[in-house]
Amino acid sequence: MAVRVQREDFDLGAELAALRAGRSDIGALVSFTGLVRGAAGGAAIAAMELEHYPGMTERALAAIEAEARARWPLQASLIIHRYGALTPGEQIMMVATASPHRQAAFEAAEFLMDYLKSRAPFWKKEATPEGGRWVDARDTDEAALARWARPGA
Amino acid sequence: MTLDVLYFAWLRERIGAPSERIETGAATVADLVAELSARGGPHAEAFANLAAVRVALDQELADFTAPLAGVREVAFFPPMTGG
Repeated sequence: MAVRVQREDFDLGAELAALRAGRSDIGALVSFTGLVRGAAGGAAIAAMELEHYPGMTERALAAIEAEARARWPLQASLIIHRYGALTPGEQIMMVATASPHRQAAFEAAEFLMDYLKSRAPFWKKEATPEGGRWVDARDTDEAALARWARPGA
Repeated sequence: MTLDVLYFAWLRERIGAPSERIETGAATVADLVAELSARGGPHAEAFANLAAVRVALDQELADFTAPLAGVREVAFFPPMTGG
């Protein structure tokens, strides 16, 4: 149950090890890592700048994590999201979810990703040979939230 | 009332500042946007297409119809692109 917003890189292996350290009740540990791509939309990307809204970012991520924990029987969860200057190949963010069985862990990890893509206040700016460009939100990102809508909610 | 207005991403760049403190009598977000746009220049440009702008009141996402009573901090930004 943790949310971290940081400029520094993280050690995926160490984070996952810490999540399950000293426990034998976890049966499934799922993680996702987002990386900076070296090209997008036919243009080479030299670097990426990730801007965020300090304060709201932590609140939004904590709310998304709390919602996931209300929906699935999670034994542990972690969201780490970086900001600042990143270069292709670098880690941008990670989510990890732990549960007794894999289905809940997989679903909760997807839920966290779908929500934080369009509900956590981060904005990506790519440096391309033609100059800087802000990454547009995609319609598919918003559409991805629809599948998590609850009847009557 | 006194409001801190924050701008992020291309809105910050267009307006040329990350934040400003303003005195306003605007009742809703839409009223505030109309007031800011009426200044013309970068503000009018930044708010020209509201379909591309999102708003948060005291760090919670809100609608343009939301009232500003009791609010301290208003943030304008484009759709989010985390992950």
